[in-house]
Amino acid sequence: MGLLTSLKSSISRATTSLFAGSEPKRIGIYGPPNAGKTTLANRIARDWTGDAVGPESHVPHETRRARRKENVEIKRNGKSVTIDVVDTPGVTTKVDYKEFLEHDIEKEDAVRRSREATEGVAEAMHWLREDVDGVIYVLDSAEDPFTQVNTMLIGIIESQNLPVLIFANKIDLEDSNVQRIANAFPQHETVPLSALEGENMDEVYDKIAEYFG
Amino acid sequence: MPGITTDDDGESGGSQTGNPSDGTASDDGGIQIDMISAERMDGMRTMEKIRLILDGVHDGNIVILEQGLSPEEESKLIEVTMSEINPDGFTGIEIETYPGKTNNDGGFFGRLIGNSETNKLTVIGPANRIETLHKDETLISTLVTRT
Ligand SMILES: Nc1nc2c(ncn2[C@@H]2O[C@H](COP(=O)(O)OP(=O)(O)OP(=O)(O)O)[C@@H](O)[C@H]2O)c(=O)[nH]1
Ligand SMILES: [Mg+2]
Repeated sequence: MGLLTSLKSSISRATTSLFAGSEPKRIGIYGPPNAGKTTLANRIARDWTGDAVGPESHVPHETRRARRKENVEIKRNGKSVTIDVVDTPGVTTKVDYKEFLEHDIEKEDAVRRSREATEGVAEAMHWLREDVDGVIYVLDSAEDPFTQVNTMLIGIIESQNLPVLIFANKIDLEDSNVQRIANAFPQHETVPLSALEGENMDEVYDKIAEYFG
Repeated sequence: MPGITTDDDGESGGSQTGNPSDGTASDDGGIQIDMISAERMDGMRTMEKIRLILDGVHDGNIVILEQGLSPEEESKLIEVTMSEINPDGFTGIEIETYPGKTNNDGGFFGRLIGNSETNKLTVIGPANRIETLHKDETLISTLVTRT
């Protein structure tokens, strides 16, 4: 790297931190249950800070409390953006504890999980109205994106004028259909990835830096 | 009306009523539908609207709003719904809006009515009794089961 470029990048870093103050942007990871939000949050946190955010699981509503990873510094082309990553519980309009029983969870535990899940979703909605500066909306690209929850959530995010990126996750799956997601939300940019396999993460970080930097 | 398919043969599928607290859906095994006019919703605060909707849904009714909710109100509706879910009781809501506004150009219907958020017919029901069978730009087909 030439002297001039490195000088430039250190100046831009200095001015960024000067003007942005010390408050990193808070980026909420939203989406329906099981889309891979925590898997993504963990990958981002591991790539840039070395540790994880929370447990991932095929059982829906694994995340039942919003969890934050602060000061994640993402370096892109000599520029650096610092964000707080907030992993949220999958949003839904219904929770039935009986669904947990199908995952070999005992009734008592299932009831507790569903109560935590409902509190977590309520909290995530509250955060969305008050406490996030940008949104990464994660969808399982093997599933139908035209659901009422997705429509409502995107509408809510738009009404808050928050910058939003749509992540079409699980592109490693055979049934993955990224175009279907791009068609569902043509007003937003769709980024394909596999959070599990780490596919296309370069573009993911480029877009995060571009949108939330 | 978009197709609201019930498994109800013969008995009247719903009555048009302005007062959702009249009786309960399970009284006679029928299904009560509360159709709430835009006019009625107009002067109401967010929480009043949400109460009106959720009280109807708690009674087992299908609530149809002539004029949809704003994104802010939808967000509150989800939040309040979550706080009222309890084991072996209320499991939440099923909600569908028509026309869907996922498409920015809104399709034919969206263009016709300007695709504004308040111009969307909204169907809300108890999650354990209502299931959306099919939805597209011109039709919502919903299966309502009796308790
Ligand atoms: N094949 C594949 N599976 C994935 C990918 N990302 C996540 N998963 C799997 O999807 C399941 C759900 O992942 P989570 O990260 O827990 O999903 P979540 O969105 O946080 O779910 P909730 O917290 O329950 O809302 C897990 O079994 C993950 O291993 C991916 O890119 N490809
Ligand atoms: Mg999670």
